[in-house]
Formats: sequence, structure tokens, C-alpha cells
Amino acid sequence: MRVTIRLFARLRDLAGSGELVRDVPGPATVQTVWRTLVTEMPALGEYERTMSVAVNADYSRMTAAVNEGDEVAFLPPVSGG
Amino acid sequence: MAVPLVAVTNDVLNLQALIDELGRTGSGDGAITPFVGLVRDHNQGRRVEYLEYEAYETLAVRALNRIVDEARQAWTDTRVAVHHRVGRLEIGEASIIIAAASPHRAHAFAACRYTIERVKQIVPIWKHEHFAGGDVWLEGATADPDDEAARQTAYRIACA
Repeated sequence: MRVTIRLFARLRDLAGSGELVRDVPGPATVQTVWRTLVTEMPALGEYERTMSVAVNADYSRMTAAVNEGDEVAFLPPVSGG
Repeated sequence: MAVPLVAVTNDVLNLQALIDELGRTGSGDGAITPFVGLVRDHNQGRRVEYLEYEAYETLAVRALNRIVDEARQAWTDTRVAVHHRVGRLEIGEASIIIAAASPHRAHAFAACRYTIERVKQIVPIWKHEHFAGGDVWLEGATADPDDEAARQTAYRIACA
């Protein structure tokens, strides 16, 4: 299935793009999408323990299901304010 | 024209507009407390030249709305407005403005403080610091809105 991946801040810099479209094997979870991404770009792996994830612009979990066309975002620790 | 109580914007922030909006809709209020977050010229020993703020805007607006709702649940007579700016900001410019309105000043101060503490915990916005000799992405809290311990920490700070 095809998903859109959104990356922000340093994760975006490391990947060289803030938006990627990838095919992942189904049935998929956020973890499936992350593994696909890290296989392609191992440098992103350092964020696995500290990042947050979102599906369709709502905070989610690595175990959450992902469906065709979903937007999956990986977020480094935040620093707003 | 009504000013939205929550916004993420590239535009220069206008605190008076937030205060006016809260005042226009709350004749029972006895206090409005403002907070203005500024870009400062130093950070962790570095001479900061400017900041670039990046947001996951859709989720950032949702997270700000969540915080405003949390504040209202904690101080039921209190209303909060918050605008966060993104893009390039120069030293001395406002990156965030918050205003809290309440019949009682204690609740207004607390809700205002609670809001900025929660923004730093769960709103998906990042500072890209450009300093003399380089640049660095600042990384603070792992955002988890369901982390009750973090929420309690913000609440305790607000009531200290």
C-alpha cells in the first residue's frame, strides 16, 4: 500500500526531504513504515527512541494500523515556544 | 473581525489583538494575563543570530487547541488564547503570545503559565538555531499528549 511520510526538523534534513511517498507491505503499522524508512536511510534510526509519531495529523503509536493513503509523520523532540 | 484564539502563523504576532478578542467576549473577567516569548541573542553559550521555526502545522493547531481545552478544564472560569509564529525570526521578535482571561487573577496567571509549559511539551514546533559559526536543531521534549506525568508537571509549575 502507498503512504505519505512526513518528516520534520533534523529528521527532514537527514532525509533530504520533508515529504516522501513509499509503498509498504500490508497490513501495516507505523512500525512497518518506520522500518521501511530506516532500511532506506539508516541515519534516521537514531531517533527511534526519542521521536513521536502521528497518523493523519493526530498523535499515534508505533503499533497503530496504517491504511492506504495515510499520512504518517515522524517527529523529533519538540522545541517550540 | 474575530481573531482566532489559536493560530500558527508566519505573520508578526499581535498581543493586543488577542487581549481585545478575549475582552470582547468576556464581560465577567477581572484579569487578563499576557505572556510573550522572545528570540534571545544567546543560548547555551552560543551567540544566536536568528531562529527559524518549523511546524507540523495541522497537528500544531490541534495540540494548541488541546492545551487550551486542558487549561479550561483545570481552571473552569478561564479562557486562553495562544498564537505561535513560524518562519525566520530575528533577535527580540515574539515567537509566541499567550493571553489568559479569568474573573480572578490567580487563575489567569496559572492558566497562562500552564499553557507555555504544555506548548514546550507537546506542540510539534521546532527551533532551528543559527548562531555565530553554525546552526543546530534544538530538541527538547518527546511529545506525548497522553503522558499524564508531564501534564501534572506543567500543572504543578503553573500553581507554584
